[in-house]
Amino acid sequence: MTVSEAARPGGPTRTRELLQHRELRRLLGWLGGGVLLAVMTGPQGVIGQPTYAISHALRGGHLVTCLVVGVVMWGLSVGWSHGRESVHAGLAEPRAQLRTAWEQPAVRRGFYLVLLALAIFLPRLTGQFWQGVLVEQIGIYALLALGLNIVVGFAGLLDLGYVAFYAIGAYTTAYFTDTLPVHPPFTINPFLVIPFAVLAAMLAGLILGAPTLRLRGDYLAIVTLGFGEIITILAVNLDSITNGSRGAFGIPSFSIRLPSWLGGWHYEWGLSSLPYYYLLLGFTVTILVLFHLLENSRVGRAWVAIREDEVAAQACGIPPVKYKLMAFAIGASTSGFAGVLYASKISFINPSSFTVSASILILVLVIFGGMGSLFGSVVGAAVVQWFFKYVQKNNGAPIPLIHKKLPIDVQDLYMYVGALLILMMIFRPQGIVPSRRRAREISMAEHGIGGADAMAAPVGSPTP
Amino acid sequence: MCFTHNFWSLTIDGLNNGFLYALIALGYTLVYGVLQLINFAHSEVFMSGGFAGLFLTQWWVGSGTPGGAESIALVVCGTAVGAVTGGTVAFLLERVAYRPLRRRNAPRLAFLITAIGASFFLFSLAGKLFGRDAQGIPTLYGNGKLFSVFGGDVHLYDVIVAGSACAMLLVLDRLVARTKLGQGIRAVAQDAETASLMGVNIDRIISQTFVIGGLLGGAAGFLFGIANNVGYTMGFVPGLKAFTAAVLGGIGNIRGAMLGGIALGLVENWGVTCVRNSWRDVIAFAILVLILMFRPTGLLGERLGRSA
Repeated sequence: MTVSEAARPGGPTRTRELLQHRELRRLLGWLGGGVLLAVMTGPQGVIGQPTYAISHALRGGHLVTCLVVGVVMWGLSVGWSHGRESVHAGLAEPRAQLRTAWEQPAVRRGFYLVLLALAIFLPRLTGQFWQGVLVEQIGIYALLALGLNIVVGFAGLLDLGYVAFYAIGAYTTAYFTDTLPVHPPFTINPFLVIPFAVLAAMLAGLILGAPTLRLRGDYLAIVTLGFGEIITILAVNLDSITNGSRGAFGIPSFSIRLPSWLGGWHYEWGLSSLPYYYLLLGFTVTILVLFHLLENSRVGRAWVAIREDEVAAQACGIPPVKYKLMAFAIGASTSGFAGVLYASKISFINPSSFTVSASILILVLVIFGGMGSLFGSVVGAAVVQWFFKYVQKNNGAPIPLIHKKLPIDVQDLYMYVGALLILMMIFRPQGIVPSRRRAREISMAEHGIGGADAMAAPVGSPTP
Repeated sequence: MCFTHNFWSLTIDGLNNGFLYALIALGYTLVYGVLQLINFAHSEVFMSGGFAGLFLTQWWVGSGTPGGAESIALVVCGTAVGAVTGGTVAFLLERVAYRPLRRRNAPRLAFLITAIGASFFLFSLAGKLFGRDAQGIPTLYGNGKLFSVFGGDVHLYDVIVAGSACAMLLVLDRLVARTKLGQGIRAVAQDAETASLMGVNIDRIISQTFVIGGLLGGAAGFLFGIANNVGYTMGFVPGLKAFTAAVLGGIGNIRGAMLGGIALGLVENWGVTCVRNSWRDVIAFAILVLILMFRPTGLLGERLGRSA
């Protein structure tokens, strides 16, 4: 818009010149991106030879391929900026049709039923390895992402120590199943640990959130980052309580035993993945429904109001600190709940599973799927985690169609996680399955209306 | 038992850490002043300075043992190269990651998420390119004892850190108080929109603020690397503590960041007389939460450009 305005006095030739200039700059940007891609997908470095990795990455066919990718991306971006209007216009009618169809409850219900059926039959189609992935990498992380979505998506806060609550849940499980050096007053099945773990995580969330949430929203990010680090330090150093870096072993799996007057029926979830998958599926669907109801409840509407304009919300009688604290505590307790499932499925835990990096991984799942979109969290968890696991499993094996190896090293996982966060924020902040409300808020905030997050300090707080 | 054992030598170590925290904290506080953004990737700017200094000194020293004038040149050049690298990384970071968001007027949540993403991207990239094991900077000088204060030994390293940090802090303080650039930084911190109406080029000021923070952070990275090791995760904990120091002094307040850094270094080192050394990081974090609870504006208040 600014370009065409600036060019108007000069006539068509100047416009063309300016356009060329702009495209040239964009091309240079994409070529720079290509070089970065070459370095990212290049070989691993060697200690003592600081230039080894870079010089071997920027060489021969590898560099050319990456530059070609850059040029193709440039072409696509040019095409998109020219053809965006016509693509949108062309898609307008099918989109409208889709929307009217979607607004009929029967269609929506049918869609969800088909998805549920797919989810039920999915593990039957795969082998043992992917069944394990479905439980440990996708199912549990989908639960975690759903909880974090309450904090990041619904309340508009940033929690970077989310895994700490997951650790609290897992260690609570270890405690009540008597696998830690400290002994509990009674030993119970992981099923019965769930309320304790949820309470413990919620309490930790309230203790951490209460002083911080009175202040600017961004202080929460750094406090939770510190908290995540502290929990790991505590778990490593409190040898006599947490068994240090060795962690807890032999946490029993879920089991149900009905009393004898009900038939004495007994079921043990055991070590295989399939029973856990269905348990997780049940929990995930329940939580999805609960959170969906929450989203449309009084509480959910309060969160929307705080996100969109905190001052106005406060003027309408919504206490922002209370609702932010509520979101934070709900997120924390979901994380604690997932911790129980994790501890019981894996049967051993140690501090290395609960690093700050894991918190960032969960954040990526939420951002990729779409902030504020419950369905998006599950999709994000499924797509991102599947991709990382696929890379890890097929590392070094050629890709079927192009018969070349995937140039992605599993050790660099967090590099891609970081890059994905930056790219999503720059190009698609609303995620791949956006929440309609959240997408509109973001675009409104970009036009200077409202905040789309809860980063401002509440009125009357100690910090301006 | 507390505070009695080795009090003075711990004080000297504390001052030493404190000066480094102050240098890093300035990067956080300056950027927070102009953008209201916690620049999580600042810890990676610090790390980049450490790596640059490491490579320079490795290449220069080789297998010899430097002494005399060469030692001085090594320390000066290492700090300078660290600072320049830090400044460059900070500049690129602002250009590539934050500017597109600023152009679009993106919500602050998006900035924070980008910042943490950039932090993870940069340290993982460094780990990939330069190896994942920590490396020591070669011996640059004989770290002899110079004199002692009440029985606490002062080594050459302590003097180098204190001297260079004080010099940089003084220059920065004058720069912000006296020069046109400093005036611009204060104006943008106070009210970016009005500043731009008054003819301040906001983009340039923000860029320069990032570079200044990067210079200090990069230099701190090298100075830190001399005594500790250089590795791709070296930035995380010092970064967290430096942010704590910035909040302790009052975020956005430049002298506050200096004071906060030194105070945090001292308290942390005195604190380890009462608890085990592995609890050191917990002390810093407890301080952060306590300040946020009882005096969220910090010791000196949030001031950069703000009235009152």
